[in-house]
Amino acid sequence: MQDSAGPRLQRFLRWFSHGSVIATLAVMAAAVIVEVTGLGQGWLGIFLGRGVLNFALRAAVPLTLGALCGLLCERSGIINIGIEGMMLAGAFGAFAAKVNTASLPLWLSLVIAVAAALAVGAAMGYIHALLSIRFKVDQIISGTVIIILATGLTTYYFNPDWVSIGKMGNMPIPLLADIPVLGRVLFDNGAITYATLVLVALLQILLFRTRWGLRTRAVGEHPRAADTVGIRVNRMRYVNTVLGGVLAGLAGAFLVLEAVGQFKEGMTAGRGFIALAAMIFGNWNPVGALGASLLFGYSQALQNELLLAGITTVPRHFISMLPYLVTIVVLAGFVGRSRPPAAEGEVYETE
Amino acid sequence: MRKNSAMTRTARVSPPLVRAIQIPGLAIVTALLVGAIIMALSGDNPLAAYSGLLRGSVGNAAAVSRTLRKACPLLLTGLSVAFAFKGGLFNIGASGQFLIGTICSVAVGVSFQGLAPAIHMPLSILAGMVGGALWGAIPGALKVWRGSHEVITTIMLNYVASQFVGWTVYAGGTEGQRPGPLSDPSAAFYGISETHDVLASARIPQFLPNLLDRVHWGIFIAVAAAFIIWWILNRTVLGYEVKTVGKNQDAARYAGMRVNGIVVLTMAIAGALAGLAGAIETLGLNYKFAPEFTGSAGFEGITVALLGKVHPLGVALSALLIGALDAGSARMQFLSGVDVQIIQVVQALVLAFVAAPEIIRGIYRLRDLGEGMPELQAQVATAAEEASDAG
Repeated sequence: MQDSAGPRLQRFLRWFSHGSVIATLAVMAAAVIVEVTGLGQGWLGIFLGRGVLNFALRAAVPLTLGALCGLLCERSGIINIGIEGMMLAGAFGAFAAKVNTASLPLWLSLVIAVAAALAVGAAMGYIHALLSIRFKVDQIISGTVIIILATGLTTYYFNPDWVSIGKMGNMPIPLLADIPVLGRVLFDNGAITYATLVLVALLQILLFRTRWGLRTRAVGEHPRAADTVGIRVNRMRYVNTVLGGVLAGLAGAFLVLEAVGQFKEGMTAGRGFIALAAMIFGNWNPVGALGASLLFGYSQALQNELLLAGITTVPRHFISMLPYLVTIVVLAGFVGRSRPPAAEGEVYETE
Repeated sequence: MRKNSAMTRTARVSPPLVRAIQIPGLAIVTALLVGAIIMALSGDNPLAAYSGLLRGSVGNAAAVSRTLRKACPLLLTGLSVAFAFKGGLFNIGASGQFLIGTICSVAVGVSFQGLAPAIHMPLSILAGMVGGALWGAIPGALKVWRGSHEVITTIMLNYVASQFVGWTVYAGGTEGQRPGPLSDPSAAFYGISETHDVLASARIPQFLPNLLDRVHWGIFIAVAAAFIIWWILNRTVLGYEVKTVGKNQDAARYAGMRVNGIVVLTMAIAGALAGLAGAIETLGLNYKFAPEFTGSAGFEGITVALLGKVHPLGVALSALLIGALDAGSARMQFLSGVDVQIIQVVQALVLAFVAAPEIIRGIYRLRDLGEGMPELQAQVATAAEEASDAG
């Protein structure tokens, strides 16, 4: 099925992974029109209002970071379904650090909290790498271990009396934030949101334009060949999985420090898995992952907006299914046509 | 070949009994030890915790009853995950299938006033199985026709299922939201979302009510299911096909098997088992459904299946063990003040150690029993040969 993909199809796929970005731009343009013409009062406001678009972007942040985590791992050949657990552990790390540094100035406390989330994420990534590479555990099972372990540990250590005070505020970018409509959607956000957008661009360049990127892809596609030319396959995989964990930890930090402000048990609510779907939908490509995450983020924003609008004709339970149903539909529509790295999931042993 | 009792990717040859329980047994011991270290480091008393756990799970008749009650759905969700594993599929969707099975059995169980128990009870159970089977077949179908990975689709369907059953029992809202179709109006009056109790004719009777507390005949249904699954896997053409597809889809296709149909059927059977778990949990124990009854049997089924080395007998034993951990955890928290969640940590460690026998072998300096990749490759080759011979 995949082998028959000719160059034309591949070109189409490459275009498509950027197509989601084009679609995003189209939505943005439509939003400007809606806002300027004053149509935003009724139904169109729910679907294309400034609020829903900004919410979509924010909802896309943890998904994008999760997808980048999965992408780093899988491009080097390690399947990571444990993103959900890494994210949750990162969120808890951020929260615990934040609460325990409450006496420090807020900015310092926030920096420490982010650092803690990254460290916890890295540790979870290391456990996943250790289990899958050193101990040759089936990578899907290893990911499951990560999820159950993170759920158990975060709930065990969680203290309901802990309250975090203060969170990351918006940092409007001068001038850009004054652009009508788009300025408020794109350039009036928190630090992690900006960092995510920068990371997408950075990883796109790193993966496809640098030696490290070439090696990572070689290890994921054909480890034997990579080994032959002197690339240390398993070390590459360790590094990438730990880096992936760091990104998932950042996603957790976003949830606690920028979005919610508190930690709740199981607060990732399937985002790690939706991120996995975004990675696949984005064809294992950072920019594509961002586009897919924006789509899923939009479905979450729409869910939120519809619930807020107090729609009673459709039960709220069905509205809450929206992000998950969109994920299934998108996966069913497109996955068969995207191609995972050839060697993912396989243990590599040097001869 | 037929005695092969392991998952596709880390297939290993089934050793004799002692060897078979060596790794799982040591994995449990090690997980409990690591759990004790975590507790000690956090200022909890592990000895008090574990003695509470022991008392709460096997300390007296009530505790044993609790263990059996907890083990019952775990056995079935464990079988669900194990059966899918045999077919090369990872069913993380057991909890969604469990919920759909629950709600289907309740729907039948609260209707049909006046039906004879001999018909009503089996019919309600069947409804749960059918619901679970259909819910399980969806990711199977999406996999073969659209190429969507079952890990993601089953997880997404878990969330959809949870919202769906939430809606069916929803009490209704103050802003004009209408109550769900199965919601009990008298409870909804107080804002409580739950169903009516299932009719007496649909309930699974209790087993030795004077001796064991609320242990019902469902436990025998679960054991029978384990036997049937063993029989299907080892004595039928279907089982052979499921296992062959699980090992090597190309070989199965070459041998003339209808791979797509078998994948969907495997997921449907796995779903039916999880749905059955939901049905008998409701008809035998809770008698009604409320959103907070979701339980964790679906997800714990993964640990149960792997701890039991994906063999029906092993699954039954590990269901008892994980059931005992669950049953004793509340008593543990009551007696020692240690948070019940430490049990989930212990279970994650059990899973890790069972999946990575090298860690256990390393710690206890055991000899490698010849389980490894070359073995797997040889098996795949044999399976391919056998399959092509069969065709």
